[in-house]
Amino acid sequence: MSTTFHRVLAARLFAGVALLGGLLTLTGCERGAPFERPPVDSVQSGYRGTGMTQVYNPRILEPQIEKNQPPAALPPAPSEGPKASQVYQNVKVLGHLSTAEFVRHMTAITAWVAPNEGCTYCHNPANFAEDSKYTKVVARRMIQMTQHINVDWQQHVSNTGVTCYTCHRGQPVPSKIWFTAPPQEKRADFIGTKNGQNTPDMDSVKGASLPYDHYTEYFKEAKPIRVAGDTALPTGNRSSIQQGEFTYGLMMHMSDSLGVNCTYCHNTRSFASWAESPPQRTTAWYGIRMVRDLNLAYMEDLTDVFPQDRKGPLGDVAKVNCATCHQGAYKPLYGAKMAKDHPELTTLVQVVAGAGAGGGAGDAKALAATAAAVAGGGAGSGGKATGK
Amino acid sequence: MADYQNLFTTVQPTSHHLHMGVPLGPYNSPRDFKPWLFHLLGRFGNAQIGPIYLGRLGLASLFCGLLWFTIIGMNMLASVNWDPIQFIKQLFWLSLDPPSPAYGLSMPPINDGGWFIIAGFFFLASVLLWWARMYTRARELGMGTHIAWAFAAAIWLALVLGLFRPVLMGSWSEAVPYGIFSHLDWTAAFSLRYGNLFYNPFHALSIAFLYGSALLFAMHGATILAVGRYGGEREIEQIVDRGTASERAALFWRWTMGFNATMESIHRWAWWFAVLCPLTGGIGILLTGTVVDNWYLWAIKHGVAPPYPELWAPTPDPATLNLGAK
Repeated sequence: MSTTFHRVLAARLFAGVALLGGLLTLTGCERGAPFERPPVDSVQSGYRGTGMTQVYNPRILEPQIEKNQPPAALPPAPSEGPKASQVYQNVKVLGHLSTAEFVRHMTAITAWVAPNEGCTYCHNPANFAEDSKYTKVVARRMIQMTQHINVDWQQHVSNTGVTCYTCHRGQPVPSKIWFTAPPQEKRADFIGTKNGQNTPDMDSVKGASLPYDHYTEYFKEAKPIRVAGDTALPTGNRSSIQQGEFTYGLMMHMSDSLGVNCTYCHNTRSFASWAESPPQRTTAWYGIRMVRDLNLAYMEDLTDVFPQDRKGPLGDVAKVNCATCHQGAYKPLYGAKMAKDHPELTTLVQVVAGAGAGGGAGDAKALAATAAAVAGGGAGSGGKATGK
Repeated sequence: MADYQNLFTTVQPTSHHLHMGVPLGPYNSPRDFKPWLFHLLGRFGNAQIGPIYLGRLGLASLFCGLLWFTIIGMNMLASVNWDPIQFIKQLFWLSLDPPSPAYGLSMPPINDGGWFIIAGFFFLASVLLWWARMYTRARELGMGTHIAWAFAAAIWLALVLGLFRPVLMGSWSEAVPYGIFSHLDWTAAFSLRYGNLFYNPFHALSIAFLYGSALLFAMHGATILAVGRYGGEREIEQIVDRGTASERAALFWRWTMGFNATMESIHRWAWWFAVLCPLTGGIGILLTGTVVDNWYLWAIKHGVAPPYPELWAPTPDPATLNLGAK
């Protein structure tokens, strides 16, 4: 009897282990799945016993690092010789460069943004100077945006800076962009509201039931992110739990975009406390304001320039979020200093000063708007930045 | 020879005459459903299934509960445009959410939390009717009402979450959504909003009683199984006529940890641990937002949370720095 019993026991144990193994296999497809199979590397980043740890999966990280390598820099061009504005027509932003530097920049931007499409993605081959293609107008504004980021947002990009490649990665449209989500089709509006959440196929919340349009809340409108009270006892903080869910969604986006855990920026015992937070949180704080600034001052500004098929379901322009640059890396391109090879992108050009160089009619107005946006964008976001 | 064990029985002691139970007093409904024997279930408990006592309370409770369940299900189904495939695929993500905070305690539009309020009403009715049913059934059998009061502890926690606390906070939006992942998201957001629930001492007590219940259950179950060969599972007899099973079980714990419960007291331990889990948890939830707004700061204030050594220079809150721009 005893041997029979043991055989039955062994069979049951085996069945149990096999079932568990099967489940692990089913769920264990690493990236995108809720579970990642061990082993993973963990690196302690805070005081012992506090769970301040970053978890890295080498099987995910390896291809990810490969994908995030910068292209080789073009050889530097001499700054002597005639200026671009003297040689070419309608050069509004980079006219102060030498012709050689200007051509070098045009070569680089083609490789960064439209390597397959070539010059004619933006330029009319019959007349390179004219602005008939919307892509040229957008590209000019994007060059200004890049300069603005590198000069005015060093709290976020430091002296590493960004180039067109940081977001574009050889594609005319960066792979990670967002549009405001259209409202749910509610028919008679009698039953079945989703309350702007509970939609697993929304990429913005990575398969959670959280509210899925947090991009609009925080990267366009400046809704308060901070929901926790700053006093132990109630003193008038009326943040709702649903607001907390919006914040949670934003934080999941940041975590996913940077490939980091919560503890990269927070001590999870008190997410709100700055005294407990690693210094990266400050960088991230400026990042949120930077993204909002870019969307309002640059992307939204281009709404009428973009054709309909480049816009979202509500007719809004493509906008940036953390993933647009970071693409899963804690620093875009793992901190490769691409911008230092392109000084034309790290200086803010006095666009108005160069206005006379080759601009046509209507230019003065556009330039004035640009100058106002550059000057006002930063200050505007600073005003909205105070959280709550 | 066939042998009898008290778990996974190879032999099921059943009667040829299915048992209808004791005669019922006045004002009782007849019992429903003809009983039958179910061998597989007999391996886990009693092989006789039914009869069941429905009664007016039971029927009313089932009716309300079914309405609650259907309202939620229909809302979920409607939210995927009545697509049954998507309903199954997305089931864990679907939810019937409470109204937006803007509505406060007023009755919101039907499709913006109205269904949630209606469903919540039927949930409350169903649970309270079921409680009354448990109480009257226990009384009818001449039992104590311990089960009903233990159930009341669970109802207390549910009512705190869905009724008492939202009313005190002045907003139905504080209630927990009806959905698998949505209620988990709510739990996480609740803790984030109120500064980390782990620093709520009543939450801590609730966890202690939860884990404690599991530990006690395992200790008790193991002890009784271990003395089953001496008739230990006949616990009630052993209370009044302590036999060798009871003596051995008591000696085992006295030898291993110096103290032993008795055949009777172990069940009081278990009952109180189970009941205190939702009781203390409910107190913790009720205090959150009404009396304490940030549990972490509360814990700092009262010396509960320890300070950590600084491993990096703390950065000031950038929102408090007036740097002009950026």
